[in-house]
Amino acid sequence: MTITSDTVALNQWFPVAYAGQVKPGGRLETMLLGQALTLTADPDGKVSVHLQDGTAMPTKEAFTLVFTTLGDAPRPMPVIAEFDEADRRVINCGSVGVQTSPCRIVENFLDMAHFCFVHTDILGAVEETEVLKYRTELREDVDEIWATDCKFFQPAASQSAREASAGQLTDYIYRITTPFSVMLYKTAMGYADRLDAICLFIQPRTETDCIAYMPMALLDDVSSTTSMIDFQQTIFLQDRIILENQRPRLLPIAPRAEMPTRADLSSVAYRRWLKSKGLRFGLLTEDAA
Amino acid sequence: MIRLYNYTLSGNCYKVRLLLDFLQLEYDTVAVDFFPGREQETPEFLALNPLGQIPVLEEGDLRLRDAQAILCYLAKRHDAAGTWLPQDPAAFGQVMMWLSFAGTALVPASAARMHDAFGAELDIDLARANAHAAFAILDDHLAEQHIQGRSWLVGAAPTIADVACFPHVALSGDGGIGQERYPSLRIWQKAFRRLPGFGAVSGVPEFV
Repeated sequence: MTITSDTVALNQWFPVAYAGQVKPGGRLETMLLGQALTLTADPDGKVSVHLQDGTAMPTKEAFTLVFTTLGDAPRPMPVIAEFDEADRRVINCGSVGVQTSPCRIVENFLDMAHFCFVHTDILGAVEETEVLKYRTELREDVDEIWATDCKFFQPAASQSAREASAGQLTDYIYRITTPFSVMLYKTAMGYADRLDAICLFIQPRTETDCIAYMPMALLDDVSSTTSMIDFQQTIFLQDRIILENQRPRLLPIAPRAEMPTRADLSSVAYRRWLKSKGLRFGLLTEDAA
Repeated sequence: MIRLYNYTLSGNCYKVRLLLDFLQLEYDTVAVDFFPGREQETPEFLALNPLGQIPVLEEGDLRLRDAQAILCYLAKRHDAAGTWLPQDPAAFGQVMMWLSFAGTALVPASAARMHDAFGAELDIDLARANAHAAFAILDDHLAEQHIQGRSWLVGAAPTIADVACFPHVALSGDGGIGQERYPSLRIWQKAFRRLPGFGAVSGVPEFV
């Protein structure tokens, strides 16, 4: 595998490990955009990222993850203030390998229509399949796509909702923070005016081989950390089997390649936004990345 | 009360949960942060199981490790009808044979899943090849059973042999192992899914 020539993809910050993955004194071989990387941790656990020739790469730690970039002028990291709020439970769910395009993974995260069928009795119920009308917008000040006014009936919207056995109409806000990361805000059990924050950051090893990370900043005084991780992993492993069976693996970007419905408003906005940036990596376009 | 030290996505824990549900037994679970927390390697967990493996099951003063051993115990202790672990010597021997198969020959299928989904470092081509070799053995045996008019691994009714073998087979798609070549294996999984009390776990395909 050789490194991509796509400068849009290169000029992003990507996760390459979760906190604690590389043990103090240990190392980890990984890959990003076709570029082999070596991660090492000093005795205090601080992670450094190097190319095979020894070149040190820029490194940042945020949202329970270790980030690096291969570009000279990377897009700034998203600001996600919830991770700095003192009463939040900040949770690292580890990572999951997924054999598909990073953009397919982002799109699946945005999709509400699959809740009833893929996450039956958890994030959706077969009796309540309608995706109510919602709005999408490009927020130019931060160059992010937001989907707002999303609502969906959920039998068990979170671990704390599951323990309370309370089905609820859950409010959602989606936020596409970079071409390869997305997050959502959703109703937090027991809070009228604050929302749980759940993120998805993707490390594309290649165009169709990814590692997905799901850090969360939740409002929950009840559930154990292990049970909250269990909930999120159960959901993501349900998505994974669907994601790996989608064809083509690369996300088609031509307007008529896959017919959208009203429920797909956010994915239409996402695809247009990717196209406007001139991204090719992970996309099915005329010229390969 | 039965207590199961559990990780939902573990195939070995799934074996035990399946039998607990088939036997309609009440139980408590203690969630183990197997990934990413590696809680099974902590001194506290090693005190429960020095092998650092899940599941562990407790009932009264008894503590057991190893999914296959736990299945045997639960069947012997709680299945009054004695169908899940038959006492007929020949059938008992065959059930033990397939339990051992589940704990050895099917492990590569689980390993491939751990590699693909959770980043475990191992020889993925070797794991998949060994899983296919095991699946071929299972498929051949089930084809013979079907010719005899039987749907299960041992005899005419489901036993803990079926329970022990089902999870690593049903979850093999998560490890990039297809089952196109194993028609009898697929028919067996369809029958298994219809057992009263069956519950799926993430990664068990709907079409199985």
